[in-house]
Amino acid sequence: MATDSIETDRGSLAFEAIGMTFPDGTEALREISFSLGRGEFVTVVGPSGCGKSTLLRIASGLLEPTAGSVDIDRERLGYVFQDATLLPWRTVQGNVELFAELHGIPPNERRLLARETIDLVGLQGFEGHYPKSLSGGMRMRCSLARSLTLKPPVFLFDEPFGAVDEITREHLNEETQQLFQQEGFAGLFITHSISEAVFMSTRVLVMSARPGLIVAEFEVPFDYPRPPELRFDPTFAELCGQVSHELRGYHS
Amino acid sequence: MNDLNEHPSAGASHRTGEPSRLRRALGITLPPVVVLGGLVAGWYYVTYGVLTETRRFLLRPVHKVIEVGFLDGGNRSDALEALWSSTRVAFIGLVIAICIGFSLAILMSQAKFFERAIFPYVVVIQAMPILAIVPLIVFWFGTGQKARVIVCVIISLFPLVANTLHGLQSAEQGMHDLFTLHHANRSVRLRKLMFPAALPFVFTGLRISAGLSVIGAIVGDFFFARGDIGIGQLLRRHANQLNGEELLAAVILSSGLGVTVFLLFGVIRDRAVGRWHEATSGGS
Repeated sequence: MATDSIETDRGSLAFEAIGMTFPDGTEALREISFSLGRGEFVTVVGPSGCGKSTLLRIASGLLEPTAGSVDIDRERLGYVFQDATLLPWRTVQGNVELFAELHGIPPNERRLLARETIDLVGLQGFEGHYPKSLSGGMRMRCSLARSLTLKPPVFLFDEPFGAVDEITREHLNEETQQLFQQEGFAGLFITHSISEAVFMSTRVLVMSARPGLIVAEFEVPFDYPRPPELRFDPTFAELCGQVSHELRGYHS
Repeated sequence: MNDLNEHPSAGASHRTGEPSRLRRALGITLPPVVVLGGLVAGWYYVTYGVLTETRRFLLRPVHKVIEVGFLDGGNRSDALEALWSSTRVAFIGLVIAICIGFSLAILMSQAKFFERAIFPYVVVIQAMPILAIVPLIVFWFGTGQKARVIVCVIISLFPLVANTLHGLQSAEQGMHDLFTLHHANRSVRLRKLMFPAALPFVFTGLRISAGLSVIGAIVGDFFFARGDIGIGQLLRRHANQLNGEELLAAVILSSGLGVTVFLLFGVIRDRAVGRWHEATSGGS
């Protein structure tokens, strides 16, 4: 599949003046407004506890915001959590089939879908394994494959690679941007790693903590597919530096 | 996306080479066998070394117990009949306790209200000394099979309810979120998430309850002292008649029943959840 499968139609996901104040009085988010469309991969970087995850929970409908509104089609939403959240009693195959199963797709069809996405994330040969015998990176791949079965137009990533080692994380970053290129979803990624953000995204948003505000926005100019060596490119480093500078400015 | 630079932990153990099956089996069975040998030796020592000739009836030697208690035709058929009677009662009691226990746990898992309303009474049933209510059961239900089964149900209910409920509530919030995101209804959530998550806990409860049900069957029989002769009445009769050998044989038989049930449910659990369950979490 080529780059032309990515087409932009703004508005797959739009936040409109989102505010979130928890019952205990903590103001997690204030006046968050931005949108993204298919072919866009937007990453929100911010310090821990700035409400990044809350933003995704609101986008997915798991949490109701106290102000503002979200425009999103939640029918086939891709959403991976910090944990792989695999069901330990199901094999890789069974786990990957789960969402299709919940959406009432017949067994034959979902077996096929699962086979496809398992290949896509490079887990072929591990279909019969239970999660307890998989490494952290493989569990995450399995979790990605599970969401991919729905061919999601919008894909939310909540710091999915925070718990894996650096090398695996870089591999997963490369694979994620390949998936993005192939599948052409609108991606919203949350992380506190700047190089991860810049490497994968078309756009990086910097968020401050308490209250969570979008304080800066960067366009990332590199073409897809992005080679691993991009990380050593001076332009890449400079962009990372700028994001880092903004992030520090608002770090409490 | 083909570079698999990681390997599952399970794959690694093959290369280092596992100890042979025989050695592993020996490693598991040998220690308890050694202890058994020690116990038998100690028993003989007490019988012949500690007790004087006149008091030797208090602890008959092992071979006599086996000879009189198990090899003597009349005694053996009495014992086996009693064993069968008690096993039947314990089994029926356990099945009923499972039905009631699961239903209560599922009900309580569906709404906090039910949990708050019901759980205290399950604790009350657990806290009631069984001996205190045996007379009441006799008063209401007589001493037949029904009364005995009721004793078993009462004594074995709590671990089933508590473990099943705990298990149903053990699925992580993140997993519940997944099911919420994909619009799973109550019954799908129960069948595909809460039941499987509860299984290891259920088996832990079953294992405890099965043992308790056996105790219930024997205790009930012992105190009713009437009707179908089970292990309880056998124990009472031999104790009253100072039949040392038969009494010890009955004790061995009753613990044998308890151990068998315990092992049986362990095997069933390993078959059912051993492939995916990590023994460190959940039921032990």
